[in-house]
Amino acid sequence: MKHWLLLIPMLALPFAELQAQTPEEKGLAIAKEMDRRDTGWGDQQADLEMILRNRQGKESRRIIRTRTLEVQGDGDKGLTIFDTPNDVKGTAFLSFTHATRPDDQWLYLPALKRVKRIASSNKSGPFMGSEFAYEDLTSQEVAKYTYKWLRDEKLDGRDTFVIERYPAYKYSGYTRQVVWVDKTIYQPLKVEFYDRKNAMLKTLTFHDYKQYLNKYWRADRMEMVNHQTGKSTTLIWKNYRFKTGLTDRDFDRNSLKRVR
Amino acid sequence: MSPWRKPVVVSVFALGLSVLQTLAQAGEWSGYVAAEFRGFTEDASAAVQHDRYFSLAVQPEYRHEWDQGKQIFTFIPFVRVDQYDNARTHADIRELAWIKVGQTYEWRIGVRKVFWGVTESQHLVDIINQTDLVENPDLEDKLGQPMVNLALIRKWGTVDLFILPYFRERTFPGSEGRLRTIPRVDTDQAVYESSRKENHVDAAVRWSHVIGDWDVGLSHFSGTSREPRLVAGTDNNGNAVFVPHYDLINQTGLDVQATKGNWLWKLEAIHRSGQGPSFTAATGGFEYTFYGIFGSPKDLGVLAEYLYDDRGTASPSPYQDDVFLGVRLVYNDVQSTEALIGVVADRDSDARFLFLEAGRRLKDSWKLSMEVRTFHGLPAGDPFFSFRNDDYVQVELAYYF
Repeated sequence: MKHWLLLIPMLALPFAELQAQTPEEKGLAIAKEMDRRDTGWGDQQADLEMILRNRQGKESRRIIRTRTLEVQGDGDKGLTIFDTPNDVKGTAFLSFTHATRPDDQWLYLPALKRVKRIASSNKSGPFMGSEFAYEDLTSQEVAKYTYKWLRDEKLDGRDTFVIERYPAYKYSGYTRQVVWVDKTIYQPLKVEFYDRKNAMLKTLTFHDYKQYLNKYWRADRMEMVNHQTGKSTTLIWKNYRFKTGLTDRDFDRNSLKRVR
Repeated sequence: MSPWRKPVVVSVFALGLSVLQTLAQAGEWSGYVAAEFRGFTEDASAAVQHDRYFSLAVQPEYRHEWDQGKQIFTFIPFVRVDQYDNARTHADIRELAWIKVGQTYEWRIGVRKVFWGVTESQHLVDIINQTDLVENPDLEDKLGQPMVNLALIRKWGTVDLFILPYFRERTFPGSEGRLRTIPRVDTDQAVYESSRKENHVDAAVRWSHVIGDWDVGLSHFSGTSREPRLVAGTDNNGNAVFVPHYDLINQTGLDVQATKGNWLWKLEAIHRSGQGPSFTAATGGFEYTFYGIFGSPKDLGVLAEYLYDDRGTASPSPYQDDVFLGVRLVYNDVQSTEALIGVVADRDSDARFLFLEAGRRLKDSWKLSMEVRTFHGLPAGDPFFSFRNDDYVQVELAYYF
């Protein structure tokens, strides 16, 4: 009987929240729900093909593997291993992301066998010469931004929340991002990035979402277009695997030196 | 050969062959082939030296992983053929090693390369591997070092234990090579303090840890010095030469990097005994990076380090009271274009050493690298004095597979 009594306020809560919310509260609530629905996957591995295109449409390809360890209460740990171009084969990038304080990042250079701790203030820098900045690829913790709900809108026939988010961490290259969040799967469909001068910089779109472990949605393809330079980058994700048994030991400086 | 041994030999051979075959199928090959040109801008100090050198190098790399990546086998041979310098025409096994990974340990056994340190202008703490000096005067190329290395991985850091059962002598340019001492170093006469010579078993231990923004390493090495003392002597024909003397030393090293926003603060310090009077040397400084300069994706890094050796001018190192200033430009482009330009200036003389290192990928598998080193105002007695006419430009084109 007691259990039933407890459930009543819990059921009532979401409705009460939605009614009395300011746009900021509603934006935050959407971000929290996105985070809640994407919690508990433990660890994940995926193969990534990155296609870089210049203004003339000339293409260059990169093959990368990623490993991610979910960290509760902090940003995730990530390991990125470069397979091509051949001259950087074996180069690996280790990052401990944090919500608001700077990330910890190390780069392994196989030719010198040297692990270099690198500055974490390069968040806005391009990742591997692509149109993705480091801050676009690291884990999207709720506390990394403040939020504001703008409107509800249909995007390509899908119902979305349109929210604006403002980086709360130092060294971001953006003043704001506008995110179209799918109302059904609580995943982004599109992000518009505005640079430090608040001019439209890039648009990122997500394509072909698939569900894993009956819960987690991942896009098979992401397209980033830089409106200021005319360059673009396509990310093609393959071979997603979850709960593969990775631990902290797979994300330390010792593992960085031997991954391939 | 007794009749029963023949099948054993055959079966061992067959087994070896099948293991090799399995490895060749299971593992993966990569590596590079590089053509290098070095042009010297001044007349050589010695008549036997040349002005232009071509050379070819190849470094294939075999790697096999099994046991879900918990065991790894690597093999990296290296060969260089130089147009004139017999000593620079050489081969080495850079790596031939087996790694076994456990939750709290890693065994790394075989011939390997290990790097310790944080600074850019010189690498004082780095001591496990011998320098392959014929490759490059920057001391950054290393010979493979046979070792048994056990890493103990704990919450309070990683402890690496090393047993180094065989010593590798430093390589030195041959008589026709440039960037060498005048007179040349006669490696055939190498003198060891240890009666066991290159079979003296060296040992080392290192603790390293990350504490917030700080990466810290503390190490100790006991064994044959990788850096020889060069003592004047004569060769078989009575010509003057330098003879390398390898002393038994003890060296304690500290390396620290603090990563604070755009700043990297770096310090390396060593204390060495056993090679003349004991001494302390240190390198410290910073690297500050301006990200996305002028609204572009380019990064510009400014480096400054102070190089100190308490032996002063008696030091065999050219860096005893020197300042290094450098600028690093990283384009963050598709071709990974990078350049580092720097100067090391002696505070006690007019000696200046300038360098430029730049690289850029061409297509997907080719890389073009350039290197320029020039020496200025060297006083007689400076350890670099022999290089005073050896300003050079090097261009390398490498194909990676």
